[in-house]
Amino acid sequence: MTRSFLGWPAFPAAARQEVENRQLRENVRRATHTIRGKRAALAAERPDWEDLRDAAAAIKDRVLADLERYLLQVEERVTAAGGTVHWARDAAEANRIVTDLVRATGESEIVKVKSMLTEEIGLDAALAAAGINARETDLAAAIVQLGDDLPSHVVVPALHRNRTEIRDIFVREMGRHGRPAPEGLTDDPAELAEAARLHLREKFLGAKVAVSGANFMVAETGTMVVVESEGNGRMCLTLADTLISVVGIEKTVPSWQDLEVFLQVLARNATGERMSPYTSTWTGTTDGDGPRTFHLVLVDNGRTRALADPTGRQALRCIRCGACMNICPVYERTGGHAYGSVYPGPIGAILNPLLKGLDDPQTASLPYASTLCGACNEVCPVRIRFTDVLLDLRAQVADGGQHPVERAALNTVGAVMERPMLWKAAVKSAGLVGPLLPERLKPPGVLGGWTDSRTLPDIPRESFRSWWKRNEGGAQ
Amino acid sequence: MTAREEILGRIRAAAVPPAPAAPRRYLRHAPGLAEDDRPAVLALFVERLEEYGARVLRADRPGPAVAEALAAEGARSVVLPDGLPAEWTADWDGESRPDRPPLPNAELDATEAVLTGCTAAVAESGTLILDGGPAQGRRAATLLPDLHVCVVRAEQVHSALPGALARLDPRRPLTFISGPSATADIEMIRVRGVHGPRRLVVVLLD
Repeated sequence: MTRSFLGWPAFPAAARQEVENRQLRENVRRATHTIRGKRAALAAERPDWEDLRDAAAAIKDRVLADLERYLLQVEERVTAAGGTVHWARDAAEANRIVTDLVRATGESEIVKVKSMLTEEIGLDAALAAAGINARETDLAAAIVQLGDDLPSHVVVPALHRNRTEIRDIFVREMGRHGRPAPEGLTDDPAELAEAARLHLREKFLGAKVAVSGANFMVAETGTMVVVESEGNGRMCLTLADTLISVVGIEKTVPSWQDLEVFLQVLARNATGERMSPYTSTWTGTTDGDGPRTFHLVLVDNGRTRALADPTGRQALRCIRCGACMNICPVYERTGGHAYGSVYPGPIGAILNPLLKGLDDPQTASLPYASTLCGACNEVCPVRIRFTDVLLDLRAQVADGGQHPVERAALNTVGAVMERPMLWKAAVKSAGLVGPLLPERLKPPGVLGGWTDSRTLPDIPRESFRSWWKRNEGGAQ
Repeated sequence: MTAREEILGRIRAAAVPPAPAAPRRYLRHAPGLAEDDRPAVLALFVERLEEYGARVLRADRPGPAVAEALAAEGARSVVLPDGLPAEWTADWDGESRPDRPPLPNAELDATEAVLTGCTAAVAESGTLILDGGPAQGRRAATLLPDLHVCVVRAEQVHSALPGALARLDPRRPLTFISGPSATADIEMIRVRGVHGPRRLVVVLLD
């Protein structure tokens, strides 16, 4: 993959371009509405759904409260089971570790299980720079890779593509990377899936090295868990001689029993299924079954920065189900690329600034990529309070001097609200001025940006205080 | 400073306050079913398997049912893992390929079916769980053939996931199978059968 989100424009500029793409809007709308409906039906099926969410959120909080102990436990158990554990401070270090491990095997083509973390750190590009061809094997990830495209969703990375676009990518690209697309390939989804099966089969059977992420990592036992649908994960995890799993430190869960919570909520909330077709777990290596060598690379890459943020750290509970993006009115219209990261939608709007910091204009723009409608709060299986984090990050952006006008405006409003006389006068004058304002107000200077994408609300002629007084508290 | 020390140091510096124990008020059995209603648990298991396109045969004896399952799917060759009871294949007259010594991947790929047992199953999600023990085989053997026939004894079926997880050994490589291989990556349209076995037949021994 050569494309990357490096140097991506800030959200408003990127979004403006995306919303003008009618095809993209239609593809994203259809996909998000389909998953949304399936998820709602499957969540409603569990009378104990809220209890499962309580448990999932609390278990993750417990991990974050005691992360050092749990990671040391992971390290000890994986090592005892025959694996080797590596630690990586950031993307560059993680990429270097994986590149060295692959080089040591002498292989130059490897297979990968879809992993958002390896997208986050740009592993494919780093391996390519070292002369190693890493082939994505998840259907959606393969569509993105073959199309020299970028992922736009954490569960269905190619959801912005329709069947005709996918057919064209297969016909054009498959032959350059192995077995070509079958003659006369149509855009029927079953035919497209069959083409991917044939193209990838020879890669699975020939691969000596596989790279994966993990959905969960059990501290108590050192067990890795991968949840998937197609069987490409099983192929990689089972047929290669060497398996390298690159996992974010927040993926830890304390005990084996905790999986009963996460395995019951993940697929239900992500794809509207009771369980995904395949869940694979492994602990180190097993004689006579699967890879002979197992490496675990534990990656920080900003996670400890997020952990240090008292409000924001709840974003590390995220299990990447994607439900927040499927329900988000902003994501539905802009698609995933506007967020400039492998983590789009509401989780991207909070996770990216928390991982990378608010110093650059792109990440600082993300907390504003929301209407604050709170739909994401309602569907999150680990009860992340997205709106709380978004508001807190906006305050941090304002404090950091990125939005001086908003800061000044909030200071003024704050000062007026603290003085009852001033507040009364302000409300009264707004009521008088309101009817005189034109429908499309364009205030001068930097303030003008505010009304570019917002309609000025009707200002009531009479304030509530005045109404209350006139009607004697509604008694009239 | 090593990366390990630095990351652990950053975690300490984040000074996250302690968190209370997780509440576990959720159900430990399938919603809507009484815990000890075995016929209902088995009926739900069958319903969930069929919902996602698996075929289910209920039988008293494995031999005839296994032969029927393989024949109905047109399979002529089958991989047999170690420890498979001879009784299971007593009525089968196609080609058997025992996985001992381990068959090369190319040969697994060229075999039409695999026959296994399981270590546990879950009614609520229609899940089969294999742990590589006797009659379950290596993971590659249940992955490459296109048809998977799995024999489940009624007493192995748990109402919901918590009961099944509690009796598994996490040190073994585990595969949870909830339906044949599938994808919805193209316009969210479910397509059955990508890389894993495209057909799944469960023989449920009452």
